[in-house]
Amino acid sequence: MIVARQKPIEEIVEMTQAFHKLLVVGCKGCVTVCNVGGAKEVAILASALRISGKRNGREVVVGEHTLERQCDPEYVDELKDILEDYEAVVSIACGVGPQFIAERYPAVRVFPGVNTQFMGGAEEHGIWSERCAGCGTCVVHYFGGVCPIARCSKSLLNGPCGGSNNGKCEISNDVDCIWDIIVTRMMEQGRLKELIEFKPPKSWATARDGGPRRMIREELVE
Amino acid sequence: MTDFKPQIIAFYCSNCASSAATIAEGMKKSLPENIRTVHVPCSGRIETLHLLKPFEEGVDGVYVAGCQEDSCQYISGISKAARRVEQVKKILESIGIEPERIDVFNLSAGKGDAFVDTALEMTEKLRALGPMNPA
Ligand code: SF4
Ligand code: SF4
Repeated sequence: MIVARQKPIEEIVEMTQAFHKLLVVGCKGCVTVCNVGGAKEVAILASALRISGKRNGREVVVGEHTLERQCDPEYVDELKDILEDYEAVVSIACGVGPQFIAERYPAVRVFPGVNTQFMGGAEEHGIWSERCAGCGTCVVHYFGGVCPIARCSKSLLNGPCGGSNNGKCEISNDVDCIWDIIVTRMMEQGRLKELIEFKPPKSWATARDGGPRRMIREELVE
Repeated sequence: MTDFKPQIIAFYCSNCASSAATIAEGMKKSLPENIRTVHVPCSGRIETLHLLKPFEEGVDGVYVAGCQEDSCQYISGISKAARRVEQVKKILESIGIEPERIDVFNLSAGKGDAFVDTALEMTEKLRALGPMNPA
């Protein structure tokens, strides 16, 4: 999933203060799963904005709506009638959400209510970590099912570097050296020698380095 | 400001706080009239939003009265409630509101005195803070 973190509420209050009718829009996708942008969080943020308005003697109307997904135009369309009653939107989906809303409704001001962090998963309830950097050509099978691009601080494909220290990365003792984990796993699988086999350099043309990406699936396009 | 009567919503766990209330009644002690109570089967059921809504309606303070940490019959009810109160404190603080306007208390079923004292303590604290919203 895409993991996000709520923006400090004071920041949201500040960026929206010129507006008196706000619609907080959530998303039932990734951000619901990471407890930051679903219907529950929409209600909490909307309530906090109302409380803040009242306290500061400002009239603010704050509406609440949660879409199935904000990254699909057919769901974003659902806002058409609702938006007539509002001046601005606070989207608490990942960064895709506010952009899709702004694109579909160019006359409406749209603010991001969360800071999108990474593609990852839940280690346990309340703890998430990064797993994929979207390089466009997955190679985790070479590395015991572990992604060194997303999980090595230097994205090394031929680690570990000299900073690996007792299983920890040189940037912090709180960060595992993923190459320590990769080597251990390859040893456990009896595949250590595969790590020294020659592989041609990875092409980064499919990653962000090749410019903004777009994908067309001819069989799906109508 | 001396005649300011803070309006307070108190969430009570039916297992301990409500029994404490019955005992307090027996002792002819009752809650001050500025406190409105909401009884819940377990304080763990109280969500962050439940704690925020009264502030949205303009009350001056909110508190949760639940069991002692080790006597919640649903194991973790009161510690869940305490975590949510903490979250609401952070939210209030982030919008420039005194976090002391919300609190959590651990009561025991047998303690009628503590039940009323909690209410008085909260009332005094809020009286010192003054009204939540401009008149
Ligand atoms: S808008 Fe973002 S958070 Fe919502 S489903 Fe799409 S990718 Fe996930
Ligand atoms: S190799 Fe590329 S696609 Fe695969 S997990 Fe790593 S960053 Fe993601």
